[in-house]
Amino acid sequence: MRMRWWPVFLRNLLVWRKLALPSLVGNIAEPLMWLVAFGYGMGSLVGEVQVGGQRVPYLLFLASGSICMSAMNAATFEALYSAFSRMHVQKTWDGILNAPVRLDDVVLAEMLWAAFKSLFTVSAILVVMLALGISHSPKLLVAWPILLLAGITFSCMALVFNALAKGYDFFTYYFTLFLTPMMFLSGVFFPLDQLPDWVGWLAAWLPLTQVVELVRPLFMDMWPTHPWRHLGMLALYAGVSFQIALVLTRRRFAR
Amino acid sequence: MSASPPVTTTPHLQCSDLHKRYGDNIAVDGVSFAIEAGECLGVIGPNGAGKTTTLRMCLGLTTPDSGRIQAFGMDMPADDLAIKARLGVVSQFDTLDPDFTCAENLLVFGRYFGLPDATIRSRIPQLLEFGALSHKADAKPGELSGGMKRRLSLARALISDPALLMLDEPTTGLDPQARHLMWERLQQLLQQGKSILLTTHFMDEAERLCDRLLVLDHGRVIAQGKPRELIAAHLEPDVVEVFGAGALALIDSPLAQMAQRVERSGETVFFYTDAAPALLAQLATHTGLRSLHRPANLEDLFLKLTGRQIREAS
Repeated sequence: MRMRWWPVFLRNLLVWRKLALPSLVGNIAEPLMWLVAFGYGMGSLVGEVQVGGQRVPYLLFLASGSICMSAMNAATFEALYSAFSRMHVQKTWDGILNAPVRLDDVVLAEMLWAAFKSLFTVSAILVVMLALGISHSPKLLVAWPILLLAGITFSCMALVFNALAKGYDFFTYYFTLFLTPMMFLSGVFFPLDQLPDWVGWLAAWLPLTQVVELVRPLFMDMWPTHPWRHLGMLALYAGVSFQIALVLTRRRFAR
Repeated sequence: MSASPPVTTTPHLQCSDLHKRYGDNIAVDGVSFAIEAGECLGVIGPNGAGKTTTLRMCLGLTTPDSGRIQAFGMDMPADDLAIKARLGVVSQFDTLDPDFTCAENLLVFGRYFGLPDATIRSRIPQLLEFGALSHKADAKPGELSGGMKRRLSLARALISDPALLMLDEPTTGLDPQARHLMWERLQQLLQQGKSILLTTHFMDEAERLCDRLLVLDHGRVIAQGKPRELIAAHLEPDVVEVFGAGALALIDSPLAQMAQRVERSGETVFFYTDAAPALLAQLATHTGLRSLHRPANLEDLFLKLTGRQIREAS
């Protein structure tokens, strides 16, 4: 059985290889600026934060949350703006569909590509964090595949909106109405127990919360308390979103 | 014009009674046709006649509501991948990868067919030469002229050495030199025994390249056959176009009796006649009129069958 998605993935890799360096700088410069500005700036005001009965430096708290946010953002950008350019603007997908490749293969390739790119960004940030000495936990090795799953989940979700988009403007809604609120409600910047109960209940269902709950303890050299629950929810978000993305993309192309 | 079809019983492509509707709009309404090996079939028709929908159904991109599509003895869409492995497609708008050079475009596209890199790389030089693009191997599509882009699209469609080519308006927007070069290349492909399904708005292109024509309008086949035979069957042999002051008055003059059909378009009057010399002699007595005498062509046929109304894409 030929992996028909592979040459499509390879195509994106080949384009990216030509632009890798500037794209890498862009992808990791912003999260690192957040980390430095807030981690060191706010960190000196805040000092330490209480996480699961343990006090941790704010810098570690923020680093472990912001890397999850970076996984989300990198996957989302690629599966929204870049995939939309290929699908709608450049008509790359239409060209591919004239070869023996199905639309589902193309969507799968785009999903895996966005997840791969997110993993690449996250890895680069991890290396910088290690170099800065923010965490030396050996459990970070486990955080790596979890961040890949996060990339997969968020690229699946973004592809749903890619399938619905008429233009780039549409993605602004996704960012301002969904991703940005989620960033504040998932415990990236501050612990969730400060929020009212109902907000906490809502936050517990957000996909980014699952990632943060899994990754943060690993940064602290601890194991997550409910790993299977969070992994299961992420997988569920990914699976359901991917199916919806497939159905909506097929509808979009069945003109 | 093309090589005689090799001995084979299965047509490359056979469509039977295709139907497709979008809501209340009937796009294709009972279209049937076949393409034999080595044959060039032209599909002509006004905008919205159902050409692109028919082509999309043949490519498995749109599912017909009813009807059957077979290619190389296999069924579309059930065997879509196996059929597409033997198809070469040039769509109406270029889908070239702007970030890749010409050579990379061919390499990347060949991979979609599951071809090994070594096989693709060995084909690239001759395909670039076929597209008259050898000197542009390392140029990106953005640096190419319109004609070069179309030839790169054609070369890309040939990367898998397909038996049947589907070309949607392959020369739209090209200058005469580029069109002639494209025609020459397509004729070469026909001589190699490949078959071609082509849509076009250019009647000279249809007449020059196509062994057979399918005229579509409102989703139906309204005529089909060899270009010259279609013209002979539907039209008077000669056309006299008359324009200038007083031309329109001729429509109701005795002179109109010398033509089988008279049509008006703007300030020009068209006389379709089998008695051109007599009509021209009469015309010579009207000073101030200018006229053009020519044999009836495919464009006349097209306009007769589909009318002179403008069909704006809705």
